Amino acid sequence: MSGHAGSDQVRHSYRTLARWLEAAPADLLQARSRQAELFFRRMGVTFAVYGDVESNERLIPFDVVPRIIGAAEWDQVERGLKQRVSAINAFLKDIYGAQECIKAGIVPAELIFTNPHYRPEMQGRRPPGDIWTHICGVDLVRTGEDGFVVLEDNCRTPSGVSYMLENREMMMRLFPDLFAEHRIRPVETYTDMLLASLRASAPDSAGADPNIVVLTPGPFNSAYYEHSFLADKLGVELVEGGDLFVNDDIVFMRTTEGPRRVDVIYRRIDDEFIDPLTFRPDSAVGIPGLMSAYMAGNVTLSNAIGTGVADDKAVYTYMPEIIRFFSGGDPILGNVPTWRCREPEALKEVLAKLPELVVKEVGGSGGYGMLVGPASSTAEIEAFRAKLIADPDDFIAQPTLALSTAPTLCPDGGLSPRHVDLRPFVLSSPAGVRVAPGGLTRVALKAGSLVVNSSQGGGTKDTWVLDD
Amino acid sequence: MLSRTAESLYWTGRYMERADFLARILEAAVRLAALPARDGAAATAWASAIASAGVSRQFAASGRTPSEKTVREFLAFAPDNPSSIRACITAARTNARSVRTALTIELWEAINGAWNGLNELGEPSKRDDFVRYLEWVKGVSLAFEGASSRTMLRNDAYWFLRLGGAIERADNTARLLDVKYHLLLPAGERVGGQLDYFQWTTLLREVSALTAYRWVYRESVRPWLVADLMVLNRQMPRSLASCQGMIVSYLDRLATDYGRRGPAQRIASARLTRFNETNIEQIFQSGLHEYILAFLSENNALAAAVHDQYLV
Repeated sequence: MSGHAGSDQVRHSYRTLARWLEAAPADLLQARSRQAELFFRRMGVTFAVYGDVESNERLIPFDVVPRIIGAAEWDQVERGLKQRVSAINAFLKDIYGAQECIKAGIVPAELIFTNPHYRPEMQGRRPPGDIWTHICGVDLVRTGEDGFVVLEDNCRTPSGVSYMLENREMMMRLFPDLFAEHRIRPVETYTDMLLASLRASAPDSAGADPNIVVLTPGPFNSAYYEHSFLADKLGVELVEGGDLFVNDDIVFMRTTEGPRRVDVIYRRIDDEFIDPLTFRPDSAVGIPGLMSAYMAGNVTLSNAIGTGVADDKAVYTYMPEIIRFFSGGDPILGNVPTWRCREPEALKEVLAKLPELVVKEVGGSGGYGMLVGPASSTAEIEAFRAKLIADPDDFIAQPTLALSTAPTLCPDGGLSPRHVDLRPFVLSSPAGVRVAPGGLTRVALKAGSLVVNSSQGGGTKDTWVLDD
Repeated sequence: MLSRTAESLYWTGRYMERADFLARILEAAVRLAALPARDGAAATAWASAIASAGVSRQFAASGRTPSEKTVREFLAFAPDNPSSIRACITAARTNARSVRTALTIELWEAINGAWNGLNELGEPSKRDDFVRYLEWVKGVSLAFEGASSRTMLRNDAYWFLRLGGAIERADNTARLLDVKYHLLLPAGERVGGQLDYFQWTTLLREVSALTAYRWVYRESVRPWLVADLMVLNRQMPRSLASCQGMIVSYLDRLATDYGRRGPAQRIASARLTRFNETNIEQIFQSGLHEYILAFLSENNALAAAVHDQYLV
């Protein structure tokens, strides 16, 4: 059992688990694994895969071996996440406000103003409490003994939190005695924290009991299960665009008892689809007039419009400087070393060692549009090289060593190291920044694979943050 | 509750009820077509099934001519018929899925199980298999009703689901009764004769009411008594009067829960009052077929009022 790539030592936090596994019957994990799959299927915990006509509802593979993080290490991660997300909120406030960070030369102006997720409509706007990214998913990887680094920030509509919660439920059901032997911090408080955050972010007009809804594109969206799960746990309505309408810049939902005012929309629809009058006129999932109500300050959108400018992969490379600028201190969580292909020197270096690198499209997500050098054929690498030379601004590159591994159950019943990342969920509100202890661990199920995205066949694990 | 949620529940109720009704119509047609009769009684039976289902126009437009094969296919499976049994169960499942969190697990499993069954059973072509298929459809609606009445909270979700079912059932009973109007007696058969008797008996059987008829009237099957049972008898759960009573009570529960009455309640109550003031002789005098046409049109008006009041 190894803690990260290249190490054969059992990480300290895994010792109790390792002892337990040695004593357990050989086929226990496989039996529990089958139980988990049956249960997930019955409950319909699914993920839709676009373009997959055969089975548009697919289970995300669940690995029964937990990923374990020690208390001291987590405390460091948590401080880093709070610092980072506070800086991101300050950065967004600044970009759409005074633009000090551009004037100070921290971030190149064209990177912001030519960014497809920059929304000029938001210039000069201030959402309640200056909170822009109420829910931020920060993808972390371990690169060595000295802790975690950030792979990517997800400030728009990060998904996966339902799996964090369901995976914990499943593990408590399957391995109650393991929980008795560890002191594991609970993640179940996440939905309470989320509700409190959304309430605290309501506009002043909302009064003491703001009406909160979760907005989904509908049952055919890949993350629909999560949307309905969250609405259920929050005890709020799950609405589609057609359930809402705007009258005199006030948002209402259509109910059997007449129109009811809506104060906070936890939206799981991207900016460009949210209001056909402002953005894409062909969008059928949005609400005509919503932007106008938003601009009038009558409704809180969570996350705010225009946050995508901060999770762009090109802006990511400037995040250490952004954190320094806004927090006044050094970043607690670093970035993965990254080449900005837009810089000629960096491009030269990247082209020279392309077969060793991971190259990502600046605007890409979900594991699409990327080159994983070591796993690609010469022809693939050369094809990608041509794309890179044609449009270097569109790409960043990172070393492949960046993903650590965690022990994972294999089809033969044994444990093998598989690459993992970790997405903790960070909640911001005018009342402060909070992090659920843990997050969603995604795991590449194929030996050697670096792609952990669920849309590409990756799986998930429960993530345990120890209390001592 | 969101109007969309209420609408999905309402239509889940309607579509499941309609699937059951189509199965009953097809069973009636299989039975009527098997009669030893002259002059194309069988073809009449199949044509009447199409007329009773209210899809004559769509059926003709599809270029089909009535026969056992085409009618069975059109009413049970046809992808181009949005009111086939398969389409109804699929639509019920789609509606239910979009409001899954408003349903109990048992109810969702009943609906989702029915939908899964569509694929497993395929399109039986042999008559025996087809009749078993119709039995399965009726079983599906029993499971659906059992799951909803045994597991759901008595709140607006339940009232909307049942309201949809009751409005659809009223519509269906009226159409089923009208089958007899569409079933012409072949030349040489007299009203009150053997074939006429068999046709009325079949109708009773199809609403599972033949035994009930004997209990209530204690005499042989007579047309006006069959009509009385299916229109006015309040003990008979499928009768128009019973359905109307259910519609009124579901709408009243909604009005009580919401603290507000509206046009739907007023229309429904007024209709129930009219049921209480009429008798079967009056209905036959003015014409049973005309009475049914008027009932169907009023039922549509009520459905429209429910829609305007709650579902938009």
